[in-house]
Amino acid sequence: MAKSITVNLISGRTIQQGVAIESGKEKPSYRTACGIIEMDKADLKALGAWKNTNVKVTSAYGSVVVKAIEATQGPHPGVAFIPMGPWANLVVSDNTYSTGMPTFKGTPVTIEVAVNEPVLLGIELVQKQCGVIVG
Amino acid sequence: MSEYIIKNGHVFDPVQGIKGDKKDICIKDGKIVDNVGSGAKTIDAAGKTVMAGAVEIHSHIAGPKVNLGRIYRPEDKLFSCTPTKGMERMGGGASIPTTFKTGYEYAKMGFAVAMEAAMPPLFSRHVHEEIRDTPIIDEGAFPVFGNNWFVLEYLKNQEIENTAAYCAWLLRVTKGYAIKVVNPGGTEAWGWGLNCLTVNDPVPYFDITPAEIVKGLIEANEYLGLPHSMHIHPNNLGNPGCYETTLDTMKLAQGIKPNNKFGREQVLHLTHSQFHAYKGTNWGDFESGAKEITDYVNKNKNITIDTGNVTLDETTTMTADGPFEHHLTGLNHLKWANCDVELETAAGVVPYIYSPSISVCAIQWAIGLEIALMMKDPMRCYITTDHPNAGPFTRYPRVYKWLMSEKARKQQIESFKHKDKVLSQTALGTLDREISLYELAQMTRAGPAKSLGLAAQCGGLKTGMDADVAIYNINPDKPVANPDDIEKAFSRCAAFFKSGVQVVSNGEIVNNGHKRTLWVNVKTKENPQVMRDINEKFVKYYSMTQANYEALGHHFVPNPYAIEVDATQ
Amino acid sequence: MTKTFTDVICPFCGTLCDDIEVVVSDDGKKLLEVANACVIGTEKFLHSQASDRVTRPRLRQADGSWKEISYDEAAEYTANLLAKAKKPLMYGWSSTNCEAQSVGNEIAEISKACCDNTAAVCHGTTLIAVQDIGLPTCTLGEVKNRADRVIFWGCNPAHAHPRHMSRYSIFPRGFFTGKGQMSRKLVVVDPRCTDTAKMADVHLQVEQGRDYELLNALRIALKGEWLPDSVAGIPSEKIREAADVLKSGRFGIIFFGMGVTQSLSKNHNIDEAIALTKDLNEYTKYSIMPMRGHYNVTGSGEVFAWQFGFPYSVDLTRGFARYNPGDSSSVDLLMRGEVDAMFTIGSDPGAHFPISAVKAIAKVDSVCIDPHLTPTSGVSKLHVPVAFNGVETGGNCYRMDNVPIDCRKVVEPPEGMLTDEQFLLKVRDRLKQLKGVA
Repeated sequence: MAKSITVNLISGRTIQQGVAIESGKEKPSYRTACGIIEMDKADLKALGAWKNTNVKVTSAYGSVVVKAIEATQGPHPGVAFIPMGPWANLVVSDNTYSTGMPTFKGTPVTIEVAVNEPVLLGIELVQKQCGVIVG
Repeated sequence: MSEYIIKNGHVFDPVQGIKGDKKDICIKDGKIVDNVGSGAKTIDAAGKTVMAGAVEIHSHIAGPKVNLGRIYRPEDKLFSCTPTKGMERMGGGASIPTTFKTGYEYAKMGFAVAMEAAMPPLFSRHVHEEIRDTPIIDEGAFPVFGNNWFVLEYLKNQEIENTAAYCAWLLRVTKGYAIKVVNPGGTEAWGWGLNCLTVNDPVPYFDITPAEIVKGLIEANEYLGLPHSMHIHPNNLGNPGCYETTLDTMKLAQGIKPNNKFGREQVLHLTHSQFHAYKGTNWGDFESGAKEITDYVNKNKNITIDTGNVTLDETTTMTADGPFEHHLTGLNHLKWANCDVELETAAGVVPYIYSPSISVCAIQWAIGLEIALMMKDPMRCYITTDHPNAGPFTRYPRVYKWLMSEKARKQQIESFKHKDKVLSQTALGTLDREISLYELAQMTRAGPAKSLGLAAQCGGLKTGMDADVAIYNINPDKPVANPDDIEKAFSRCAAFFKSGVQVVSNGEIVNNGHKRTLWVNVKTKENPQVMRDINEKFVKYYSMTQANYEALGHHFVPNPYAIEVDATQ
Repeated sequence: MTKTFTDVICPFCGTLCDDIEVVVSDDGKKLLEVANACVIGTEKFLHSQASDRVTRPRLRQADGSWKEISYDEAAEYTANLLAKAKKPLMYGWSSTNCEAQSVGNEIAEISKACCDNTAAVCHGTTLIAVQDIGLPTCTLGEVKNRADRVIFWGCNPAHAHPRHMSRYSIFPRGFFTGKGQMSRKLVVVDPRCTDTAKMADVHLQVEQGRDYELLNALRIALKGEWLPDSVAGIPSEKIREAADVLKSGRFGIIFFGMGVTQSLSKNHNIDEAIALTKDLNEYTKYSIMPMRGHYNVTGSGEVFAWQFGFPYSVDLTRGFARYNPGDSSSVDLLMRGEVDAMFTIGSDPGAHFPISAVKAIAKVDSVCIDPHLTPTSGVSKLHVPVAFNGVETGGNCYRMDNVPIDCRKVVEPPEGMLTDEQFLLKVRDRLKQLKGVA
């Protein structure tokens, strides 16, 4: 029985994300920069996960597999951060509450360890979700 | 190019002194000519009034604060949208029309030229992009100088030649037309949340007074010999008692003679004078200072003014008088926008409702009309609404109606909730003068063209001038049955030619013409000191590099019309 | 021999640095070095020359493979897509120049489309708040020359606008701020100890999503009124201290970002932040400025506004402009399934919209104009690569403080590639023919 924890997910920019998008979103560097979730040490411990292992993040809106790393701009126990991009957008709240703006910051998510599940590349991830056939 | 003959119209042309005579107007290759060939297209103007295209001397229609007004007032577009139709792009906005709508509305009223009244130099590209996207009418823009750090420092040291060299440089890099001054010194003080309310209040740190700024810029303007004079929005706008600051400001022009090759005879243009003609000490005893202002201008011939008439509409105020806008939002609690611009100026925007039920608004309305009726020389008094501050420019025909019909004025006064205050606090009830069509042509065409230094090319129907010809459905031989007919006639011309191309027919746009951007290119002696100072300020204080400051490139000014000035003597 | 271009404008973020230096080969084709740009800007310039770049339009085939087509064929496809659609959505615009945006507006008007820019997922809620309460702001040079109190609320410039602090907000020695960083106090409000917060004199580690309460509490602290023991995770003494820091300055500036525009209270957060700025103007001089993301999202808002009257989420489907975020905004339109054709340019909704909206894009006929390969191009039917604006073509752009700067061309695009503007003109002209418009 995999243990899971609940945290508050936010998403946003990082320098690495900026460099990666200019390098090309089809490249592995994009996944390295954005296919991650930054978690506070305390939350990693509560989950019983080693840092740099894959985890499955699930919300009311979807789920995604990303690599859990230790928070680089912490401490922020109870808050987790996935850089802006398709991995984050698989789970953030799409509810705009009639403002036009999805709720990219502040989505409750559960995290479970998923060591054997792969983190997909960016474009591939979106194509798979959308059922796009790639020739 | 096409030839036209406009036949049998009643021509009103102050340039040639024609006061309604039936005369044919001939157009060829974009100019007024004496004769045209038999192949010329005939426009029948029988029973109609023919005037040169109107000249707008002061309006806020292009640039960052105008667009900030559009962005932050989506409600201004309610009920005022026009769909895409034929060659007209879609438009919207009652007090701040979108650029396409602005061009069409001016053209439909027979306007040939409009001057954007205040261009923050750092944003000149934005002003020119909007000018480019305003169809049909020729436009120019006035960069603001009265709070500019270079100007403040040079004038503190009384260095007129350096000030002039800097002004010439700035006009060139921003493709500007004239030296505009707004709330001199006060808007720099506003950078710290302060203001200058009299001409003697020193500017924080720079330690120069508005009087010194104004006088210095008048002198720099005449040193260069620019087509237009220094154009000023004095300190203390809109406050009861401000007429004294206005008189103090105008006195700075005493004894100064105009120096230029453009026929300009004034050295100071006082803009939206209505807002600067208030007596009293508070909103309770608020009364008109129109007499004091017009007495002074009537006597001092080296000054021209425009009215700034209130139209009794919901509108949007916007001005480089940043502190005034903050004050206004404190009065009416409507949303306030502000932008301070490094080294140069500021701007503020606040919506305003000139309600006929409010005595202050009714008195403001009366003051604007008093000024026009008390000015003796229509060639020195021009009709504006400081669009959109006192009202939208689309209300000009209504202002003409009030000026040309005492009956219309009386009707409006009767309808005021506080008509007794209008009658006691202003002299409007005692004025029976009615502006004639000839005087209207002076106040909306020949006069502003002359003041701007454009008398050779526009504002009249003399041979050789630009063929900007407007035909209105008003017959001077028939007495006006209903004053509203005046408003109707001037709202939509029967036909309008711009630079010899028919752009309006029966109130509809039929051609976009080839609008031009007017700007002034001044040649001065080399001034290494000023160039060094400019370089230093860019390196140290601006947030943009000097190489990126100048508005270059075809996409900003696709059809430039540069007026050359040689100031090297 | 090489050529060095100075005063080059970096086309990445709203900081719009204009002091970049680029060294280019003598034939004008190879970009050799970039100086002064941050690591992201440097990558943008250098990567434009990547050898694996797609240089021609390509159309997705039934088996999922791409087939290369010509620009003319691509323009034909795009014009037809827009002509046939009942409610096309033309989205993005933020990474291209104003000239292209203007042609795009013509196209949107002719095809009666919905048009929108990336403010929809960035500072759209700021625009809504500004429309309610106004905006006291200034240009970045005013910050450089006067500001002695700088607040970063819900933004992380160390990561998102890397040279902002050195060019404008913290380090520069301006006219009245000769001591540079020493002239200023920095307050950072962020639920994380960000790299920006590490530099702050005061870091308020607000409870995520509770910025509205904290802003409101600061307004109360300014007036010296009662506060509960803690608000939004911050003890009231700290709130009062922060209010004193704010109030004691002679020129303050609040920069804010996604932390407040995208969290639950959205536009209400910004409304309150602007109200705080207005309140501070009763005591001293304060301004507020949104940290715009893309380098020309501001420009798109300006061009939409002067041509149509509204800054984003503009609906032209009835032949005149309408505006109602939540109704006319891109994410909502897509999620309600109302869009029957998608036109993306200068942006990447495939990566930055919630996946439910991206699925809607994948369902319909679509074109993606972008020099890069992106998740959007990955789900679009037609991918049209174009020259990099600001590198291979110039054009006007607007900085986060609305100042217009004309980007430069420093290097030639690959042989035969068009710019956004050139491609859009082809589309417009063909569309006019299809619609029978003069």
